Amino acid sequence: MEYFIQQLLNGLTLGSIYGLVAIGYTMVYGIIGMINFAHGDIFMLGGFAALIVFLILTSFFAGIPVALALLLMLIIAMLVTSLWNWTIERVAYRPLRGSFRLAPLITAIGMSIALSNFIQVTQGPRNKPVPPLINDVYHFGDITFSLKQLVIVIVTAVLLAVFWYIVHRTPLGRAQRATEQDRKMAALLGVDVDRTISITFVMGAALAAVAGTMYLMYYGVASFTDGFTPGVKAFTAAVLGGIGSLPGAVLGGLLIGLIESLWSAYFSIAYKDVATFAILAFVLIFKPTGILGRPEVEKV
Amino acid sequence: MTEQNFPATPGLMAKALKEGIFAGVLALGMFLLYVGIKTDQNINNELIWYPRWGLLAIFVLVAGIGRFLIVGFVAPHINQRRLAKAKAGIPEVSEDKGFFRKHFLKIALVALVLYPPVVMSIYGTQGSLKFVDNFGIQILIYVMLAWGLNVVVGLAGLLDLGYVAFYAVGAYSYALLSDLFGLSFWVLLPIAGILAAFWGIILGFPVLRLRGDYLAIVTLAFGEIIRLVLINWTDVTHGTAGISGVAKASIFGIWSFDVGASNNFAKSFGLPMSSAYYKIFLFYVILALCMLTAYVTLRLRRMPIGRAWEALREDEIACRSLGINTVMTKLTAFAIGAMFGGFAGSFFAARQGFVSPESFVFLESAVILAIVVLGGMGSLTGIAIAAIAMVGGTELLREMEFLKLIFGPDFTPELYRMLLFGLAMIAVMLFKPRGFVGSREPTAFLKERKAVSGSFTKEGHG
Repeated sequence: MEYFIQQLLNGLTLGSIYGLVAIGYTMVYGIIGMINFAHGDIFMLGGFAALIVFLILTSFFAGIPVALALLLMLIIAMLVTSLWNWTIERVAYRPLRGSFRLAPLITAIGMSIALSNFIQVTQGPRNKPVPPLINDVYHFGDITFSLKQLVIVIVTAVLLAVFWYIVHRTPLGRAQRATEQDRKMAALLGVDVDRTISITFVMGAALAAVAGTMYLMYYGVASFTDGFTPGVKAFTAAVLGGIGSLPGAVLGGLLIGLIESLWSAYFSIAYKDVATFAILAFVLIFKPTGILGRPEVEKV
Repeated sequence: MTEQNFPATPGLMAKALKEGIFAGVLALGMFLLYVGIKTDQNINNELIWYPRWGLLAIFVLVAGIGRFLIVGFVAPHINQRRLAKAKAGIPEVSEDKGFFRKHFLKIALVALVLYPPVVMSIYGTQGSLKFVDNFGIQILIYVMLAWGLNVVVGLAGLLDLGYVAFYAVGAYSYALLSDLFGLSFWVLLPIAGILAAFWGIILGFPVLRLRGDYLAIVTLAFGEIIRLVLINWTDVTHGTAGISGVAKASIFGIWSFDVGASNNFAKSFGLPMSSAYYKIFLFYVILALCMLTAYVTLRLRRMPIGRAWEALREDEIACRSLGINTVMTKLTAFAIGAMFGGFAGSFFAARQGFVSPESFVFLESAVILAIVVLGGMGSLTGIAIAAIAMVGGTELLREMEFLKLIFGPDFTPELYRMLLFGLAMIAVMLFKPRGFVGSREPTAFLKERKAVSGSFTKEGHG
């Protein structure tokens, strides 16, 4: 039983990270209907930004409090990735908005390839280990819960609350929801659609940066290939939850995290990703629009 | 309409300057951490960092000045030309093409058939290896894969992000079956195709009900599952180590290319021993396979099943209303696309002599899909051109030794290969969103053939 709860906690931590990335996918998909393949690499860029900020901080201010360092890492990573995602949307996606559906998908895949190789070229191909920031561990009987897991879960929960508030209670969120429902009509009613879409990309990038920082903190290593696998899993989470639905993305993320950790705990660690993808396929066979997705109305 | 002179627009320079400075500041923000600072491991495996302000300055200046020039000079120039074109009216698509355009396919085929002997006569037996292998075979494999995927994406409109799985099935089928049962390439080629088609149907069944992006993610997941199984099922596949020593193909069992064999090709003809003959033989094999793919695709497009695919791509509901069996239509598209992938895979295994899961990553699927889309979906010629441009271009980068003279001896062009590939994908899409071939001949027409713009057809809806 203790073992099970332990795995449950690990799964929730991992799931929170996936959930944060999945929100970025699901929002962009909801608003302009494209798979932003480069989102996983934005997550990776966020991790790298945090890593570099961490290195600079520790070399200049050796005794900096961990909480302050973490806060600075988060803020700078969020700013940098926001700039990147804003620019990417502007350069690679906006000109193709009226084009056929596969065109932005191809630029997104191209962007993903370019971003990961950009980091490989500028920062080198080797894995970059970081010394652990937070070492505290709590014991409850046989269950160990580390402070960093707690930080990850709390940061995720806080961000989700903030995010939920923005989308449901602010004029910006209203503009986003309107654009999502009907872009043309929203534009006619005075919503600045371009700006709303840009802000959506910025918000997605900020969440991905947080996830990237958490991932770096959790695993203690960064690599230029980090964008792909977590990116695909987060996208899987978004689809599993029902793409376009925010609670769905979080739910999907948590489910993927749980499946992954429970499968590695009870079956085989080698096939954990196979299990994740297989369960995705099964869910979609029986519920083709994901768990919380609205069924699409088909029209001729 | 009065003549407008764009460069004289008041405030243009001020606007260009403003945008240039903005782009520079943006680039500073974007590149400060990643370019301005380099992280590295020291001997104790601790991370250290050092600044690279010079490189950062170059990035910022290029972005700022580039944006300034584009806004100030390039954009007005383009606008002016567009205006002039609009005034002149839309030119009719001329019906009579030149001799070259008319006989383009025949010329291309003759050029391809003559390619190995010509290269061999210029660079010698050993020198031709690079050209036949890296440029010829490598590009033709991608042409074949892209034509195979074109059946699924370009014709049937089903977005498949896991096509490389079928390539892997073909490659492992050949590698494993030839290892276990000692069967020859020519026996296993169709078997590999059939097995891949079988897997195509297995993938096809669960995704029958899915549309669009749900289909995309499940196909991606399928590709990853196949790769992960290949990595982890070590008893059979030897995991990441892969299978080496895969048997070579022979000329229908008459001549072999194994060095020790008594019927060795070079020995039989009294030629000096060289691996170049095998490569040239493989070149013709893959050329024939490509031709087969093209022939089958073109033929199928004229058959009811091909028409059904295109109808499915344009509108699934209308298709169903008209009594087309969409289940069969989708499954055949998956199966036939997968079959070509399987052929290409078994060829790949015979050529490489080695298969490992490394060759079948998602990136390969992305590259193949990119070639299909960049070529202008559905157009075989366009796809072939895209494959030559994208694969040949990145291969060419390996050969650019002279760049070392410019950027110093430490410069390795290979490092930038995929970076440039990604950027090229974006650039081509931005400037030619409909791909290299923007118009196509319709398969069904009333009275007369008329080229239609590519933008009249929908693709990839699922």
